[in-house]
Amino acid sequence: MKYTIDQFGYYGEFGGAWIPEMMYANISELLTRYLEIMESPGFSQEFDSLLKDYVGRPSPLYYASRLSERYGSHLYLKREDLNHTGSHKLNNTIGQILLAQRLGKTRIIAETGAGQHGLATATVCALKGLQCVVYMGATDIARQEPNVRKMRMLGAEVVPVNSGNKTLKDATNEAMRDWINHPEDTHYIIGSVVGPHPYPDMVARFQSVISAEIRKQLLEKTGSELPTRLIACVGGGSNAAGTFYHFLEEEQVELIGVEAAGRGVDSGETAATLAVGSPGVLHAARTMLMQNSDGQITEPYSISAGLDYPGIGPLHAHLFKTGRAKYLNATDRETLEAAHLLTRLEGIIPALESAHALAALDKIPMKPDEVNVVCLSGRGDKDMAAYLEYFGY
Amino acid sequence: MNRIDHLFQNKKSRILSVFFTAGFPGLNDTVPIIELLEKNGVDLIEIGIPFSDPTADGPDIQHSNDEALKNGMSLELLFSQLEGIREKVSLPLILMGYFNPVMQFGVERFCRKCRETGIDGVILPDLPPWEYDRQYKAYFEGNGLHNILLITPQTSDERIREADRQTGGFLYMVSSSSTTGAGKEVSDFQTEYFERVRRLNPDHPRLIGFGISNRATFENACQYASGAIIGSAFIRALQEPGTPEEKVGRFVRQILPSV
Ligand SMILES: Cc1ncc(COP(=O)(O)O)c(C=O)c1O
Repeated sequence: MKYTIDQFGYYGEFGGAWIPEMMYANISELLTRYLEIMESPGFSQEFDSLLKDYVGRPSPLYYASRLSERYGSHLYLKREDLNHTGSHKLNNTIGQILLAQRLGKTRIIAETGAGQHGLATATVCALKGLQCVVYMGATDIARQEPNVRKMRMLGAEVVPVNSGNKTLKDATNEAMRDWINHPEDTHYIIGSVVGPHPYPDMVARFQSVISAEIRKQLLEKTGSELPTRLIACVGGGSNAAGTFYHFLEEEQVELIGVEAAGRGVDSGETAATLAVGSPGVLHAARTMLMQNSDGQITEPYSISAGLDYPGIGPLHAHLFKTGRAKYLNATDRETLEAAHLLTRLEGIIPALESAHALAALDKIPMKPDEVNVVCLSGRGDKDMAAYLEYFGY
Repeated sequence: MNRIDHLFQNKKSRILSVFFTAGFPGLNDTVPIIELLEKNGVDLIEIGIPFSDPTADGPDIQHSNDEALKNGMSLELLFSQLEGIREKVSLPLILMGYFNPVMQFGVERFCRKCRETGIDGVILPDLPPWEYDRQYKAYFEGNGLHNILLITPQTSDERIREADRQTGGFLYMVSSSSTTGAGKEVSDFQTEYFERVRRLNPDHPRLIGFGISNRATFENACQYASGAIIGSAFIRALQEPGTPEEKVGRFVRQILPSV
C-alpha cells in the first residue's frame, strides 16, 4: 500500500488538493462520490462493456519479434494504439463521462495537448450527447491539426489558448478557469494523472485496465504474470500509471518512465520534469515542477505536444523520490529515429509520445531472457506532418 | 494592533480596497502606486505577487502578471521595494498571490519578511485552509499576519461558519463563482447569497470582491458588506494614458464621490 494515496490525497509528500475556494464545491462533490460511484455495480458493468465493445479492449499484447531481435531481449508492445480514437486516453474519458452523468452534469470541458485527450473527450460526449468544450494551446492546434478537425466533426468546440507557450500547461490553466466560472453544471475531464485529489487516483484507476490486461496476457504468453520490466512514456503520466498500476507492489518488476528531453535536458528546451525539476504547487497539486527560484513555471519544450508539460503526476513524483520507478528521457531526435525503427521493423507507426518509450530501449541494458513490456500509448496518424518533415518522404 | 483590525474597528462601511499587481505597469511603480492610493482615500491595499500561471484570474490580471514578470518582478524584489514602506504609508497592506512563489521563497521566511516589512495580511487562494492548518499556521500567527479566507456563492452555511472561525481580519466574499474581472451582472442568485451571508451574521467583517468595477457595483456591494475590493478595473485604469497621479486620482474619483 506504499504507492496509493493517503487520507489527504497524498502519495508520500506529493499530491493533495491545492484548490481555491471557487473550486471547492466541485472537488468535494467528486471526492465524496467517485469511489462510491466507481464501485457501484451499474457503473462497472457499463464501463466494462463500453471498454470491450466500444473501445475494443482488451488491447493486444503483441510480441514484436524483429524489434526483440534487434535489442537481443524479449519485447512486447501493449497496443493502446489500437483502441478506438488511437490512444489510451479513451479508457479514462469513458470512465469520467459515466461518472459525470451520475453526478448530473450536462457540460463537459477538457484540456488537450496532442489532441488525443480532446479527441477522446469529444468522442464520449458525442456518445452520450453532452456539450463539449476543449481548450487547446494555439501552438498545439497548429501541430496536431488532424485531431482538431476530428474534434470539431464530433461536435466539440475547440477553444484556442494564446497565453504562455500556447501548449498543454496553458490549456490546463484555461480549463481550470472555465470550471471556476461554471461551478454547477460542468464536469472537467482531466486527461492525465495530474490536478487536485481525487483526479490522480481516479484517472490511475480508469487506466489501470492496461496493467490488469498485461498480467493476464503475460501469463498466457510466458507462463508468468510478471515481466522483467515495464516501459512507458510520461507526460502527466497516465499511460505509465495504467501500465505500472497492478505491478507497483511487485517490487521485482522494474518500472521505467520516459520523459521528453526536447533538445536535451541541459538545453533549456526540455520537458523532462524529473530531470530538471523541484517540488512545488501547480494545477492544484504538490508535485515536481520545472520552475525558477522565484517559483515561476518554466515554459517546457518537446516535439511531442502530449509530453510538453512542466509538471508530472504526483504518483510519479513519489515513485521517483522513493526509487520505485526509474525515469529516463529521450530527445526529439532519438524519438524520431525510434519511431522510424518501429515503423520499418514492425510496420507500426507510433505516436510521437509513445516513441519516447521506444527511444529509451537504447538506454536500458537488457538480457536475452528478460521480458520487457512497452506501452505503445498511441498511433502516429496525428504526427504524420512531423514525420514527413523530418524524414522527407 | 494589526492595522486591518484597526481599520474595521474604526470604519464600518464603504471601505474601499484596491488590488494591483506588483511591478505593473512599470517595475518600479509598486511603491508610488501604494502612496497614491492612500493619498486618494483608499482604505486598504492588496499587492499582487505575480505568478506565471494565475488560474483563478481573468484576462486583465493575467496580463498584469505577465507584464510584471517580463519587467523582472519577483517576490525577493517586491520585499526589497517595500523596505521602508511604513515610513511612507499607514494604511493596512495585504500581499495576495498564488502559493508556489511563496513556497519557493520559504513560507516561514516569507512570514518573517512580511512582519519586518509591515505587511498585515496575506491572501493565498490556492492555499486551502486544511493545508494552512496542517503546516503553516504557526508561522503566520507567530508573525502577527492575518490569513484571509475566501467564501463563494457555492460555500455552504457550515463552511462559512468555519471560515469565519479560521479567517484573520475579514472574510473575502467572492461575489459570483468566477475568475477575477468576469463582470457578471449582479443576479438574484448573488443577492440571495449576499443576504444569506448577512443572516449568518459572521463575527468577522466582510468585503465583497470580483466583478466590482465602478460606483454602481461598489455601492451595491456596500449594502451587504463593510466594503468592496476592486482589482481588474484598476488594472485597466493603470493602462490608460496619463501620469500615475492622474490615473489613480481619476480611478478613485470614479468610485468614491469625493474625498
Ligand atoms: C499517445 C499519447 N501517449 C502519451 C501521452 C501523454 O500523456 P500521459 O503521460 O498522461 O500518458 C499522450 C498525451 O497526449 C498521448 O496522446
